[in-house]
Amino acid sequence: MNNNAFKHTLDARGLTLTRGRTATLQVNTGLICDLACRHCHLEAGPGRTETMSAATVEEVIACADRCGFATADITGGAPELLPHLPRLVAGLAPQVDRLIVRTNLVALSRPEAAHLHELYRRHRVAIVASLPAVNAGQTEAQRGCGAWETSIVMLQKLNELGFGRAGSSLELDLATNPSGAFLPPGQIQAERRFRSDLQRRFGITFNSLFSFANVPLGRFRSWLETSGNLETYRERLEGSFNPVTLPGLMCRTFISVDWDGYLYDCDFNLAAGLPHGNRRLHISELSELPPEGTAIPTGEHCYACTAGAGFTCGGSIE
Amino acid sequence: MNSYYDPADLPKFGDIGKEAPELARKFFDYYGSVFAEGALTEREKALIALAVAHAVQCPYCIDAYTVACLEKGSSLEEMTEALHVVTAIRGGASLVHGVQMRKIAEKLSL
Repeated sequence: MNNNAFKHTLDARGLTLTRGRTATLQVNTGLICDLACRHCHLEAGPGRTETMSAATVEEVIACADRCGFATADITGGAPELLPHLPRLVAGLAPQVDRLIVRTNLVALSRPEAAHLHELYRRHRVAIVASLPAVNAGQTEAQRGCGAWETSIVMLQKLNELGFGRAGSSLELDLATNPSGAFLPPGQIQAERRFRSDLQRRFGITFNSLFSFANVPLGRFRSWLETSGNLETYRERLEGSFNPVTLPGLMCRTFISVDWDGYLYDCDFNLAAGLPHGNRRLHISELSELPPEGTAIPTGEHCYACTAGAGFTCGGSIE
Repeated sequence: MNSYYDPADLPKFGDIGKEAPELARKFFDYYGSVFAEGALTEREKALIALAVAHAVQCPYCIDAYTVACLEKGSSLEEMTEALHVVTAIRGGASLVHGVQMRKIAEKLSL
């Protein structure tokens, strides 16, 4: 597989991928997770030990203070398993207009995470919860046995707390990935179906649904290889390249900080080891927002964000 | 050629228009319109197409609409139920002709 194929695709069309105005600081708290999802581009899981230190948490907060981001977006791994998460949330919340924390729902349902529910409510955190499908089979094929029921109960609990309820300002969004080597449904159609199924069967409500294509990195790539799907999936993504998606790609407005404090243009470049600015830059060295026009390193995984209607941090671009 | 059916041939479907472009254009325009969202969703239409693909036993269509159903958000459970619908209709279509059999047999029998 040609690692420069995406760049060749851009070059052939006279296109470039460069930074726009940076608005979002994405914080990857580490690779420790209570689940080992089969589509995970980071290969996060219970056996991993990489996690953000208290010192790096403070450097992240300090960076947000001096650079001024509109949004902070906390992801992992499972952010709930970071002991310093309350400090990270409390430190970032006053400095941004919007603070997002992502969850696999199972980690948030652990008794040890119960204190986070009130923390999220107090700091008006927008929760983005992963839910691959509206059925147990596809959900558990991706996330493991028992994930479906636990996720449904946790969503009901979040609704009880006011997240995702009509008339509430507490936001609950869902994120869905396909459970295999195929593209996700259109976001509008998928949201309509999730909304009606979850409401009818479980009384669950939410604000928005974001759909994402699986990125051929990490554990998902290993599965693509062993299952004999890699080449077909790669062709599917490459064949669905849509140049209209480029302006809305998350890497143009994100800066993503890894658990060790080093910077990337997005979580996928982080997984692929393609650093921001093509050099290792620590968040403590970031004195201002990265300049517009800075070139963004690319790899074949970038096809996952430019397929069809395209996908970004907020899901499908359509 | 090792087989009459080769998965790599599916993307060549459009080549059928080379000898009769106007007819192909009309067909593919119609085809595209049929599968666009309407009173039925694209997901529902893909499930119907998957079931019919099995009824007409077209390997190309089974391949294409299995992928389409998954990409439209259907589960394997729903896709399997759709196949049972078409199987019931196919089986029922055979069985209901038993009425003819019975009518003829009864006419001929004492």
